[in-house]
Parts: sequence; C-alpha cells; structure tokens
Amino acid sequence: MNWQGWLLWGFVATLALTTMLSGSQALGFTRINIPYFLGTAFTPDRRRAKLYGFFLHMANGWLFAVVYAFIFESWGHANWWLGGLLGAAQAAFVLIVGMPLMPSFHPHMATEQHGPTASRDLEPPGFMALNYGVQTPVSIFIAHILFGIILGAFYHVHL
Amino acid sequence: MASLIYAPDDPLNAPMPAKCAKIQDYGIIGDCRSAALVSREGSIDWLCWPKFDSPAIFCAILDRGCGGYWRIAPTNAEGVIRKYVPDTNVLQTTFRCGSGTVILTDLMPVSSEEFKRTTRLPDHEIVRQIECSNGEAEIEMEFVPRAFYGLESVAIRDLGKLGIRMKVGKGVYWLRTNATLNLNEASVHSHFHIRAGEVFQFSFSYTEEAPALLNPLGDFVHDGIERSIAFWREWTSRATYEGPYREAVVRSVLALKLLTFAPSGAIIAAPTTSLPELIGGSLNWDYRYCWLRDASLTIRALLGLGYWDEASDFMEWMLHTTWLTQPELQTLYTLYGRRALAERELKHLSGFKNSSPVRIGNLARDQLQLDIYGEVIDAAAQYVFHGGTLDAGMQKALLGFGKYVVKNWSLPDEGIWEPRSGRSKHTHSRLLCWTAMDRLLNLRDHGWNLSEAASFSDTRKQIQEEIHSLAWNSSLQSYTSVLGGDQLDACLLLFAWYGFEKSDSPRMQSTYARLRDQLDAGNGLLYRYRKDHSEGAFALCSFWEVEFLALGGGTQQAAESLFDHLLSFQNDLGLYAEEIDPVNGNALGNFPQAFTHVGVISAALSIADRAKGAETLPHRQEKASSHSAVQGAKA
Repeated sequence: MNWQGWLLWGFVATLALTTMLSGSQALGFTRINIPYFLGTAFTPDRRRAKLYGFFLHMANGWLFAVVYAFIFESWGHANWWLGGLLGAAQAAFVLIVGMPLMPSFHPHMATEQHGPTASRDLEPPGFMALNYGVQTPVSIFIAHILFGIILGAFYHVHL
Repeated sequence: MASLIYAPDDPLNAPMPAKCAKIQDYGIIGDCRSAALVSREGSIDWLCWPKFDSPAIFCAILDRGCGGYWRIAPTNAEGVIRKYVPDTNVLQTTFRCGSGTVILTDLMPVSSEEFKRTTRLPDHEIVRQIECSNGEAEIEMEFVPRAFYGLESVAIRDLGKLGIRMKVGKGVYWLRTNATLNLNEASVHSHFHIRAGEVFQFSFSYTEEAPALLNPLGDFVHDGIERSIAFWREWTSRATYEGPYREAVVRSVLALKLLTFAPSGAIIAAPTTSLPELIGGSLNWDYRYCWLRDASLTIRALLGLGYWDEASDFMEWMLHTTWLTQPELQTLYTLYGRRALAERELKHLSGFKNSSPVRIGNLARDQLQLDIYGEVIDAAAQYVFHGGTLDAGMQKALLGFGKYVVKNWSLPDEGIWEPRSGRSKHTHSRLLCWTAMDRLLNLRDHGWNLSEAASFSDTRKQIQEEIHSLAWNSSLQSYTSVLGGDQLDACLLLFAWYGFEKSDSPRMQSTYARLRDQLDAGNGLLYRYRKDHSEGAFALCSFWEVEFLALGGGTQQAAESLFDHLLSFQNDLGLYAEEIDPVNGNALGNFPQAFTHVGVISAALSIADRAKGAETLPHRQEKASSHSAVQGAKA
C-alpha cells in the first residue's frame, strides 16, 4: 500500500472533484452544493453547514481514495483509465443508489413522500439527483471520473 | 366501529346533477403531493399520481369516453349535498335516495411526519368509504382506470383476497375493498345493497417501490380517516385570522395548502390542465406548474394567516430552486424548479365539454415577464418585514434580480397575462420593476448593505416618471395597460397594493371609474383586460377590486358588499376556478385556482385591517415584524 500516494493524491483528487462540482453549480449546470448538502446534516446555519460539509467531503474523498488504493494494489497496477473507470462506477453508485437513499440518512432532508406538513427541510435529490437539475448526473459523473483519473494516474508517482 | 358521519346542516334537496355538468360540480381532495377531483355524483374524474404533474390515471373530466374514472354512488339517488368535514380537506357527499340516505367520504389520508415514521402507510392512497345513515340503498361502483391521460387501458389482475392489482409503467396500483367485485377486461364493477349502519370501504393506492403495502381495511381505514380529520383540524387551528369571512378564508387556505407540493415547497397554480376559459373555446392550458407572478400575494396570504412554515418553504423554493436560471427568472417552473415541459396537445381527448385542445406542458415557459422580479423581491421583503431572515445566498439572489431589473426594465415583455401575440411595454411590468427597486431600497433601510443603492434609486425614479407620463392617457383620464395605449387592464388596480400610488388619489379614482366601464363583465364582475367575450370574467381581478376599495379607493361598506357578492360565485364547497362566466355564474378555467384563493385571503385581510383601523398595507411596513399574528405563529 502506497500510503504517501494515497494521502497526497487522494487529497488532490478530492480537491479537484469538489472544485469541479462547485464550478458546475456556479455555472448553472446543477443546483447541488455538496458541502451544503452534507453540512446541513449537522447544522441549519447555511454558512457553517458549507464549512462542515467541505471538511466532511474532504474526509469522504480521502476515505474513498483508500478503497481505490486497495483496488489498485489488488490489481497490481494503476493508470489513468483504470482510475477513470472506477470513478465512473463510483458515480453510478452514488447517483443510482446513494442519492435516493439520502433522505434516509440525512436528518434534515424531506422524502418524496413528505407532506402535508411543511417541510422546512432540504428537498430530496430523487433518482440520479435529477431534482437538482437535469445536468446534475453529468456533472457528478465527470467529477468522479476526474477523481479516478487523478488517483489512477498519480498513485504510483513518487515525489 | 364508530360512525364517521358528519351530518350536514342543510336538507338534502339539491337535485342530482347531470354527468360532468359544470366545473364547479367538483371538489378536491389531496395530500400535498397530488390531488384528485371528485364530482357531485361521486366520480373521481381527475387523478395524477405520484405527483401533480404526472400523467393522469383518471381524466374523464376531459373526455367522458376516453378518460378513466372511479364512481361510487347509489343507483337511485334523488338529491345530493356535499361538504367538507369542517376545517378539513375530507370530502363528504351525502346522497338522498327514495329508500334511505348514504354518505360517501373521500380523502387522501394524511398524517404527521412523526406518525409516518412509526407506521407503514402506502406511498399514495385514496380512501373512499360509503355508509348508510338510514334506510337502505343500492350502490353501484365503476372503476375504469386509463393510463397516460386515457391513452392506455390498464391490465387488471384479480389477486383474490389481496385485491386488484394493476401494473402501469414503473408503478403498481392496488384496489382493495370489502365489497364484491366483478372484473371486465379493463374495468372493475360492483353492485351491492347497503343498509343502515353498514359500511363499505375502498382503498386505491400506488407505489413505485415493491413490495407494495397492503394494509387491512376496517378499523385501519377508519383510524386513517379520523387521523386525517385530526391532522387537518390541527393545521387549520393554527390560522391566526379572526376577522370577517373566516369560513371563506379558512377554506381558501385549505385549498391553497392542497396545491402545495410539500417535498419542495412549490405551490402550483391549479391541479388540472385544460379546463376551458370559455366552454367550447381553445384557451385551455396546463396549470400544474408554479408561477412566480403569484409570489407576492401568496406570501402575504400565508404570513397574514400565520402560516410561517409554509411561507418559509415557499421563499426557500423561490430563491433556491430557481438557482439554475438566476439572475434570470422563468415565468414558471416545475415542482422541483426544472423547466416546464414543452407544450403539446393530447389529440385523443375531446376536452371538457368538447373544449379542445387539451394541452400538457406550457409554452409560457419561453416568455419574458418582467413583473416576476418585483413579485419575488416584494415577497422576500414582506418575509423580512415580518421577522424572517434571508441568508447570504438568498440576499445575493435578490440583488442579482435587482441588477437584472436595472438592466432590462425598459424592455417590452409578454406581461402578466401571457398573451401569445407578442411583446409590449406593459404598465404592470413597470409597476413591478418599480416595486423591485423600491423593496430593495426598503431592505437597505432595514439594515441590508446595498452597494447598488444609487443605481436602484435612479432606476426607481426613472420608472416612476415613465409610468406617470407614458402610462397616463389624459384624454381617457386613466392609466392604461401599455405605455401610450388606450386600453385598460385590471392590474392597474394594484397600484395602491404595491404602494405606488394611493387608491384615493384623483388619478386612481379616475382610472377606477374608467376601468369599471371598460372591463365590466356584468354581474358585478371584471374582465382582466378586454371585453371580447373570448373568456370569462377573471375572478382574481374582482378580489383586487375589493382590495382597491378596502385600501381607500372606496368605502369599507363598498368593499364588504363586493366581497359578499363574490362569495356567491364560490361553489357549494367554497372553491373557485380561475374565471367566472358572468352570464350564469359558472366556474371556468382550471380548478381550483390558487391565485383566486390567494385573492380571497388577501382581500379579507385588507378588509379586516381597515375594520380595525390598522395602517394601510401593514404587511409591507417594518412594524409588521411585531404583528401579533405572525409572532404567534412563529412561536
């Protein structure tokens, strides 16, 4: 296990993923704001939620990078396209399984069955997070593929 | 099992209606995710599941032959009377037969989120319970599902004691009852005898997640009805309004609540598509979307009645769900803030009383309506003045709208009424652009840091000057619908409401007199902008007239007198459509209509304010933050 590669490139890949998703939101491709999305599980304060969510997302990224590292080690090699494939697989899992499950995990997220009580909660993402904009799946796919490519390409690079 | 009959006060002497006679013959039931229309003869003729904008499984209201329906009624009914169980959205239709009286209870069961977390309940359900209060009767049930707006018949399978199962698309419907059913290829029928004290129950549910929940009937359904009644009564009890016309106001807010999509906070204009604005006409539109032009009055209605959570949800929806198009705003959005469907016609449906075409989607999505910026900003300002807070993202969004207005306010647009004949320089759009600037400057006075204040102030002044000079027709002695025009528009009544010009000013008094003349539809009603009889009188405009009078344009008595008159046009359940046929008083257009019910509430609030001697337009003053009603609701 290349711990140094995981630590460094896991961090870089997560930063790239977060930047990519934030950029997608800023450019109007999607409404999803991942730090806010995660952080509101802990606080209703929007500013703090974004901060908490940012750190949580970074920790998540590092955690997932460990899984990537284990897979690369079990395969015996790593390259950009294998990383990209893993990223695509992770994105598919996040969108198809993770997003519809979010209302079950997130304490302040409404479900598709919410009502009539006024929610005061986050709207649910729905299948493939399409409720946040039709281009949301595309943004998430590209960001995760980028995450995988960075990890795959640089995992064995020693500085 | 205890009786659930809430005996009506009135005698059962109303005659049985002919099938699908009038739009006002319908009542609405719902669960804040979808809604169904139930006719006076016990037929559910409109239902879209799982959401308001999903394809209909029952749409007989738009085509008796092709659209599906679900009817439960006595075979020999001689009279019918309907009412909601007081302070609820649980509908009861009482049929008088020669041999007895039966009561049909219709609802989509609702309960608190806490209860839902502890009990397994169907994702979507309609419960229908028929019981005999005296004598006996023969009951007929016809269940005719037709998927995708009547395009497809539904394969029905009898699974014995489990019930009737219907697989459609990615979902499955279940029909369960304690009555004996007979299946045909694409429909289910039942004919049974009911005696005093007997109860038959029907549960129709839908899910897209297998396995579906098949809850028992009997006490479980009975408890569900009682729980729903308790839920709605608790919700209604939170209304802090104690002024005149309370019954109409409460019914209006209950209807408005049914048009709310709880998972996102959106409020749709109406739950139906293509109910005609003129019988036999082609002004038939899909209203199952959220229009921003309703924002300001909607927030006023919700805050004025103390429904703080609903107002907050709607604010969140407006400022966050529209993110993808900001700083530009679209005229209308879907429940989750997406672009509306492209408009298309369902040619297989003949339409309500042959009023075709039937349309889904809405072309107005591509229009430019500059008034909506002022609507959203004014709604936000009211929210803040009542004590609400807007986070940095919301403030940034509002400032973005403000800058957009500075840049674009002088453009011609389609305007509030969405004509498809092109763009003009609408006075109302300018009024709302002025409102946008004015409210942002008000918010600065309220403590906002507004670096753009100078440009907002300049723009406000320019718009004001333009309206005063170019929207005023000196030969008519009236403001006009478009700059330099000679036609009037009921929107002009809102000058006072938005604080642009007092309603007792000479210009407004003169405009009102001219408007009453030009737009008079007869029967005390108003057309919205023209008098060519291509549509009915616009119900909301008459409630604007009440507001105009209540805000000083007339006497308190005149405002109350008009309000009383307008109440005569609500149906027997207290519901309004978009328009009213001025000749016979029939409802026209999509039904029930959120905008009209918002108008009812807002007009009643203004009448109540004036009766109390409150300051004019207290909802837009900073001191509104100490408004006891809202503070009570927040607490």
